[in-house]
Amino acid sequence: MTSSDRAVLTRDGLDALIATLAADGYRVYGPTVRDGAIVYDDIAGVADLPAGWTDEQDAGSYRLKRRDDDALFGYVVGPHSWKKYLHPPRRRLWRAAKTEEALTFTAEPEPAERFAFIGVRSCEIAAMAIQDKVFAVGDYADPQYRARRDGAFVVAVNCGEAGGTCFCVSMKTGPHVMSGFDLSLTEIERGDLPVYLIEAGSDAGRDLLARLPCRPVEANDITAADAAVAHAAAQMGRTLETDGIRDLLVNNPDHPRWDEVAARCLTCGNCTMVCPTCFCTTTEDSSDLDGGGAERTQRWDSCFTLDFSYIHGGSVRSSSKARYRQWMTHKLATWWDQFDTSGCVGCGRCITWCPVGIDITEEARAIRSDLTRETKP
Amino acid sequence: MATRRKPKLAVWKFASCDGCQLSLLDCEDELLAIAGAVEIAYFAEATSAFVKGPYDLSLVEGSITTAHDAERIRNVRAKSKALVTIGACATAGGVQALRNFADVEAFTSVVYAHPEYISTLGTSTPIAAHVPVDFELRGCPIDKGQLIEVLSAFLAGRKPVTPAHSVCLDCKLKGNVCVTVAHGTPCIGPVTHAGCGAICPSYDRGCYGCFGPMETPNAAALSRELARHGMSRDQIHRVYRTFNTAAEPFREEAERHGS
Repeated sequence: MTSSDRAVLTRDGLDALIATLAADGYRVYGPTVRDGAIVYDDIAGVADLPAGWTDEQDAGSYRLKRRDDDALFGYVVGPHSWKKYLHPPRRRLWRAAKTEEALTFTAEPEPAERFAFIGVRSCEIAAMAIQDKVFAVGDYADPQYRARRDGAFVVAVNCGEAGGTCFCVSMKTGPHVMSGFDLSLTEIERGDLPVYLIEAGSDAGRDLLARLPCRPVEANDITAADAAVAHAAAQMGRTLETDGIRDLLVNNPDHPRWDEVAARCLTCGNCTMVCPTCFCTTTEDSSDLDGGGAERTQRWDSCFTLDFSYIHGGSVRSSSKARYRQWMTHKLATWWDQFDTSGCVGCGRCITWCPVGIDITEEARAIRSDLTRETKP
Repeated sequence: MATRRKPKLAVWKFASCDGCQLSLLDCEDELLAIAGAVEIAYFAEATSAFVKGPYDLSLVEGSITTAHDAERIRNVRAKSKALVTIGACATAGGVQALRNFADVEAFTSVVYAHPEYISTLGTSTPIAAHVPVDFELRGCPIDKGQLIEVLSAFLAGRKPVTPAHSVCLDCKLKGNVCVTVAHGTPCIGPVTHAGCGAICPSYDRGCYGCFGPMETPNAAALSRELARHGMSRDQIHRVYRTFNTAAEPFREEAERHGS
């Protein structure tokens, strides 16, 4: 890494970064406070970021709290993930029009807008890489997804602290951002207001960094940044033992724990909606009252609905036990068979946003510990 | 292209508040398109001009609460090719199904000066308990977008898109912040059928269950959570005793928390 790859930005410099991205034609999204949570939305500058806020998270619980400093990134991940931009909840696939002469179909054009994401966490970059394996490669790559993804400018942020439901260290997805970004930020304390160690991870990032007002890096900036990330890594709210987890889950479809979790599970689908890697969709057709037009829309679906596994004659996974088991086993085990990676990045959203606080790490641990006990002499 | 005869639409009222059939008149922007697509043959709330049956599509609002209505719905069924029930009264018995758990004579004696003139059944029951129903549209009241969807689907001969999943899914599709997880507000969205567009949580309130039970509700698990968020046994009893009180999963859960 050369000196041109790294610099230190003040808060004004960060504001310049956002303004420059907007001037370059990007639609800039970032974290902001809304309805008692930190969500992702349009941001116009540093003033829209959650200055002085943090979040306290546990199973089924999320609370915004005031920090005793003015940190801009002093929280972890909220209910939204970047998939809402790259893989939108609803999108039209095509429209059809019928006239006396002809029936015409019009495919939805590829999006022209380019996105810049500010404050992308390491686990979220890992989630994007996982969705890339689903949507961006192979014979059935989705051109809409690819256009959004290829056009995106990623400004990552290293976590300075971990949340109560975080377990990226277990999933080897964080907290230190290693790749998949254009620029990365580490918030470090310097005097009254924090400053930002900024590093370029791509040519586009390097070009942009060269246009920002910044100062050279000093040795203690690096020390402080490393300490911040080490602090987060040591603070994980949850852990998940991943050794042999594929076989553990695949070989235990009849473990009694599945019945216990099914008694708690609401099959509401919240876990799949907040998961940054869950990618399933359904299609919905609509038609005009006069029969002249029709369209097909894709929308996020969940393996917790009956429709999801409906084939002729009924739903394959009619019990909530079958549905929870399918979700967790796919996420942690059979995802490996399908995509050569885990489907879980350890962001903890499914734990926090489950209305009854079902904890995927606890469920995996329960199955494992039971078996460990059984196999002891 | 030969002009096809416009399908004849009838709108019927049983025990109800009229809110659901008014949703049809509330389709302001689409009303002309609807009138262009169907012949509104019987719709007492809109016009006193009646066209004789049979009808291609009957929309039925309201529940069955009298012996007379129990007979009348059979007649409506007999002259309707397709019969779609609209709203919580028609699909679950409505709020008036609270009578199912009480003594109706005790009510009439208190409410009416001359209870002897009141001829009513001891129960309020959904239309499907009396005649075969082709499609049920949930809600108290129904969502007008869903009503247009049902009409469009009927006209196109396709299945209406009215998913039976939880309100949570619709909240998440909208990007709502969960009122339970983030604010501690009790909400029965996880056990409630989607369709309203998650109106209440979008305005920072818990879901009231107007669309009745979702496809696979786990009300017992949700009740434990409602209690954790401070609801008393009686409050939990009452949260299920509303517009869809006689829908089986809600009836059962209210009963489990009966006083």
